[in-house]
Amino acid sequence: MTANYSELEKKANELRIDVIKSLKEAGSGHPGGSLSAADIISVLYFHEMKVYPDDPYNKDRDKFVLSKGHAAPILYAALAHKGFFPVEDLMTLRKLGSSLQGHPDMKKVPGVDMSTGSLGQGISTAVGMAIAGKLDKSPGRVYAMLGDGELQEGIVWEAFMAAAHYELDNLVAIIDWNGIQIDGFNDDIMKVTPIDEKLKSFNWGVTVIDGHNIEEIVKAFEEARKCKGKPFAIIAKTIKGCGVSFMENLNSWHGKAPDDEQARKALEELGGVC
Amino acid sequence: MAEKIATRQAYGETLAALGERDENIVVLDADLSGSTMTKVFAGKFPDRFFNVGIAEQNLYGIAAGLAVSGKVVFASTFAMFATGRAFEIIRNSIGYPHANVKICATHAGVTVGEDGGSHQCIEDIALMRTIPGMVVLNPADAVSASKLIEKAYEIDGPVYVRLGRAAVPVIYDDKQDFELGKAVKLKDGKDFTIIATGIMVNEALIACEILKQEGIDVRVLDMHTIKPIDEEAIISAAKETKGIVTAEEHTIMGGLGSAVSEVVVRNHPVPMEFIGIKDVFGQSGKPAELLKEYNLTADDIVEAVKRLSSR
Repeated sequence: MTANYSELEKKANELRIDVIKSLKEAGSGHPGGSLSAADIISVLYFHEMKVYPDDPYNKDRDKFVLSKGHAAPILYAALAHKGFFPVEDLMTLRKLGSSLQGHPDMKKVPGVDMSTGSLGQGISTAVGMAIAGKLDKSPGRVYAMLGDGELQEGIVWEAFMAAAHYELDNLVAIIDWNGIQIDGFNDDIMKVTPIDEKLKSFNWGVTVIDGHNIEEIVKAFEEARKCKGKPFAIIAKTIKGCGVSFMENLNSWHGKAPDDEQARKALEELGGVC
Repeated sequence: MAEKIATRQAYGETLAALGERDENIVVLDADLSGSTMTKVFAGKFPDRFFNVGIAEQNLYGIAAGLAVSGKVVFASTFAMFATGRAFEIIRNSIGYPHANVKICATHAGVTVGEDGGSHQCIEDIALMRTIPGMVVLNPADAVSASKLIEKAYEIDGPVYVRLGRAAVPVIYDDKQDFELGKAVKLKDGKDFTIIATGIMVNEALIACEILKQEGIDVRVLDMHTIKPIDEEAIISAAKETKGIVTAEEHTIMGGLGSAVSEVVVRNHPVPMEFIGIKDVFGQSGKPAELLKEYNLTADDIVEAVKRLSSR
């Protein structure tokens, strides 16, 4: 399928708008890492992955694990726009009784393939899902998105080691490399770089891309499909809070919702209506 | 003298038999397959066995991923590393999505022996009991281990099965039926009740014989399912006898004794005594020596019943 780059860009913007609206409504949540992941999520759900909103548990589907589960708002926005549930439901984010929990819950939301939120565990479960795919000779692929700060969790490296050992070429890890975690810059708190060299030495196929360049993202997934005999990592250089100028590159926007005025300004920049 | 078989041995054989029946079963281990006995399954079904290396967190993460993909997963290591090191992975990636993983953990309790306190897990029942939806099993012998593991396989959802290293006497006849959540009344009695779990069931039976000779008529229940616990059997014991002694090879904080007392206090308060580890770590020694050291013998149960009768 040929990608329509401008459509995917437009879609990413729509998803960003819904992230801001839903977070404002919720009054809490994680905008920074949701916005940095928006372009990748747009490509995944509107170009790369085979998923079926009318048949969410189709056994041959591609699966997505949001290992950085706090970016739930961007995943929910993509699922809603894809048709898994009504877009209006996004406004129930984090509210009592809502299926849209602060972190993704597979028991509550069709389209969520794994419950995540506790960092590091998503990639480990994705390895199990990829092994199951191999056992079942399933055509479906498994995609897991991790944060860069998340790489500080030990289980991530246990999972990376296992994925290479089992030659899981049906598994793609995307590292949202925005350089910032809740307390500050990765480099000041606990260096995770060089990520590419580390993964190469763990026997993964690796590419490093601009995580906001739709064409590069599309091509990275194509490269991943061509990688045989080992798992593939897309290290995506991103900007935390990308798309909202006053949120960009600030750790203070890791886990804080915009107030009414901030949301209005953000939506103005994104071309959305408050 | 009864035949002695370790519950982990029964696990290994039962798992291999289940593997024959259902090709959807996948077994995982973390470099202890020779000790947990998953090696029996591994030998027969190498394509469905994954040794993930010395990485217990990833063991249970992978188990969760396989289970949500439709596999029936048995994932084994020592109780200490399963429930201790990997607790939060079990809680969030297995418990929270109610994944169909059977956590069959061996080498529980002080009867691990010579390896010492670092390896003697006496907290596992307490830890696993706190996870919503988790079934917690602690079989007393090889027969009940085998039958309860089959029952665990039959239900869809997470189950913790506590298994031991040491060979223990076979208590049950092969014909005995087991139901999850239903205690086995091994002896009826009207004076007091001993509610035991795991290897302490055999000690309870010996204690019952000793007490009988002294004219004390004791009921013995095998509480093989700690969760969901058999409230009916506990309430009946509280109403029909004058007090309850619980016996477990586990810390008295949060284990069988706690689970039973939660039911007793709410429904029909009677005096209770707790046989178990009293807020200390274990140490190296022979299993029998350790049971004596930590007051986990039939004689200790007898003393506890007598304390009850003088209260």
